[in-house]
Order: sequence, then structure tokens, then C-alpha cells
Amino acid sequence: MELKISVKKRLPSFELDVAFSCSPDKLLVIIGPSGAGKTTIIRMIAGLDKPDEGTITFNGETWIDTKNGIFIPPQKRQLGFVFQDYPLFPHINLQKNIAFAAHDETCVERLMKRFDIWHLRNRKIAMISGGERQRSAICQNLARRPRVLLLDEPFSALDAVTRKTLRKEVKKLKGELCIPIIHVTHDISEATQLGDELLPVVQGRIVPRWILQFRLKDLSFRRRAGIEDIWGQNDTYDDLEVSRI
Amino acid sequence: MDWQPLFLSLKLAAVSTFLLIILAAPLAYALALTRFAGKAFLEALINLPMALPPTVLGFYLLVIMGPKGFLGRFWETITGSPLVFTFQGIIMALLIYCLPFAIQPMKAAFEKIDRSMLESAYVLGLSPLATFLRVIIPNSVSGLAAAAILVFIHSIGAFGVLLMVGGSIPGETKVVSIAIYEAVESLAYREAGLMCLVLLPISYSFLLLLNLITRRSRAWN
Repeated sequence: MELKISVKKRLPSFELDVAFSCSPDKLLVIIGPSGAGKTTIIRMIAGLDKPDEGTITFNGETWIDTKNGIFIPPQKRQLGFVFQDYPLFPHINLQKNIAFAAHDETCVERLMKRFDIWHLRNRKIAMISGGERQRSAICQNLARRPRVLLLDEPFSALDAVTRKTLRKEVKKLKGELCIPIIHVTHDISEATQLGDELLPVVQGRIVPRWILQFRLKDLSFRRRAGIEDIWGQNDTYDDLEVSRI
Repeated sequence: MDWQPLFLSLKLAAVSTFLLIILAAPLAYALALTRFAGKAFLEALINLPMALPPTVLGFYLLVIMGPKGFLGRFWETITGSPLVFTFQGIIMALLIYCLPFAIQPMKAAFEKIDRSMLESAYVLGLSPLATFLRVIIPNSVSGLAAAAILVFIHSIGAFGVLLMVGGSIPGETKVVSIAIYEAVESLAYREAGLMCLVLLPISYSFLLLLNLITRRSRAWN
């Protein structure tokens, strides 16, 4: 059930060139500054973008192999993709949204209760909050019984309190699902809190020392500003984002 | 007053609206959400009936739909009967004449749809056709309704194109706009006035409906 990625893609200002894998019991966090190519990577895993060169395989199944002209469309990959802007379907109520692509309709009620959105089941999407929408988007994807779960900065548009609650949900979810989960974020505290493995991506390349560099710059910034070092105490670290460096 | 031309106009408008909504939707989808070579040329061609005088369009349609035109010969091979000066002929002419009025509102509605919603549907396993039917169409109802109303009122009001392609055969091609023209020609002003009076509230109420739909759609957005 391992997901293996080795792709290259020419982007407007740099070439994306990454190779990594994610095993089923792991939550891999792709971390890096804005515009580093993080979203492009998971869009290629989902089949929404094509690499110029490379392969993506899952459990021995080839999803992309540019040399042999293999491309499995997103519809056939059976994965979950939680978008940054939680695009639920506005013309149907929440319950129908969750059941939209459900593998088995009996799981809809269970999932909605599990994510505490059952009481909103008859509401249209415009009538629920951002946090509820994001929980619904996760639910909608889980109802499809995904083989891989991709989360593209799912909490970036949410307030700090909702973000904290949802992080706990995802952490709990990680223990329940035995599938590869890839989470993209530019928030380093989110990455360290959630990830089993961190994959720092800068300008399209994997740069392992980037996290250390970020921490050192952050420590120096905090010392100069007279702020206590609270590295690892995620609750108060929420507002510091990678884009500052 | 002879009610036949009015009923014929309503029948013609209903049939052409129904057919155009079905035919124009995939075309509007292609123009709004896909990329292909020659798109700008195709779009200009589709919109040409809006820029041409109806008699010019009618003349060209008469040529291609006539017994020597490729469409006329094709139709005759399939059905064994001519296309011009028939009800089917004026429907075909209206489909071309009203195509831009169907395409424009639909295209605008499809363009407004969030791309990530479509991508979400693909990831959830929906084919492009299923996405079109289950996501795009239900989220473009106001655009489809606007297209239907515009096509319907333009079909009722069409004159030049229909006169060129269909002539004025009672019960077959003599629609209300042509009947009004003929009544005026023969100085039957009372007859012409009555027909105009019937048409006026029909067109007005459809335009009112169009305004209400547009306002409601703006409020939703």
C-alpha cells in the first residue's frame, strides 16, 4: 500500500523535481514556503496535473508513467482530496454532499456524527461555517473510502480556534485510517504537530535542512524581539508562518 | 382573428427552445471550460447571426437548405421531402438564428462555476459527462433559464429569416410575425392590431421573468 512518487515538472519560475514515498500508516507533511510547488505535487498524485517526466505508483499499480504513456485519470485512483477552499456542491444539502460519491450510503450518518455535522444535514452549504465546511469536505472524501488521502492546506482559511480543533480531528483520524495521508501546509507548527514525516520543499526541491534553518531564524527573531522560545508549544505558535522568512 | 399563426409561433418557439437548450449546452460547455484550437473562430461564427441582418442570414440558409444546397439534399435523402417552406425547415433556421442567444447566457453561467468544484467531482469518481449532468447543470439553472427565455422570445419575434426560408404557408410556416406583416400589407389594421396586442403581454411577461431570474441569480452569488 505504499505510494511512490518520482516526478519532474517545469513550472514558470523553477523546475519541480522530487522523489519520495509514503507508507500506509504514515502522515507525511509536505512543508515549505508559498509557491514552492507543494500543491502541484499533490495535484499530480491526484491526477489533476500531469508531470513532464516521472512515475507515480500505488501498491504496485502505476498511476503515471510518462515513458510508457500511462496516465490513470483521477476518477479511477479512488483517493480523497480535501481542497484548500472546500468546494462542496452548493445545489444539494449537506447530507447529499457527503453521500455524493459514498461507497456505501450507510456510512454517511456514522461519518457525519463522527465529525459532529449530523445536526446540519438538511442545510445548504451556504448556511454553514468554514470549519463545518472543512469537516464536511473531509467527511465527503472519507465516505468514498479513499486508498490515499490528500489534504491541501485544509486549515489555511480558518480561524486559529477552528484550526486547532480540526488538527486534533486529523490527528485522531490518522490513527483510525490505515492509508497513506499527505498533508500540505506552510505552517510549521501544524507540520510538526501532525506529521510522522516531514518533507520540506523549497523551489521545487526537497531541502531537508530547511526546517532547521527556519527554526534558527525563528529563534533569533524571537530572541531579538524578546519573545520566549515556545518551539513545540503549538497553541501559541499558530500565527507564525513560514512565509515570514 | 385567425389564431392559427399565433399557435404556430408558440409551437415553433417551444420546439426550438427545447431543441436549442439540449444542443447548445454541450457547445457552451466546450466554449466555457475547455481549450481547443480555433475556439475564437468558432465563437465568432456562432455569434454571427446576431451581427448579420436576418434577411442576409435567411438568404444563405435558403441557399444551403434549398434543393441544391448540401443541407437540403441531405434532408431530402433522409426524409424524402424538401426542407425549405416546411415547419421543419423554419425550426432548423431558428436553431441557427437563435444559437447565440442560447450560448451566451449558458457560457456565462458555466464560466462562473468554481473549477475546484469540478476537480473535486473528478476526484470523487465522476466522469466528465456525469460531472456535467450532476454538478454543472444543477449549478447553472439561472443561466439555462435565461437562455430558454431569450430563445423563446426571439423565436416568437423572428421575421426575416422565417420569411426567407419558410415563406407564408398557412398552418405550416405562416407564423404570427408574418401574419401581422401580411395583415398590414392588406390594410387589415384591426386584425394586425389584435395580433400585436396578444403578443405584447407574452413578450413582456417573459422579459419580466428573465429580469427576476437575473436578480435572483445575482442575490445568490
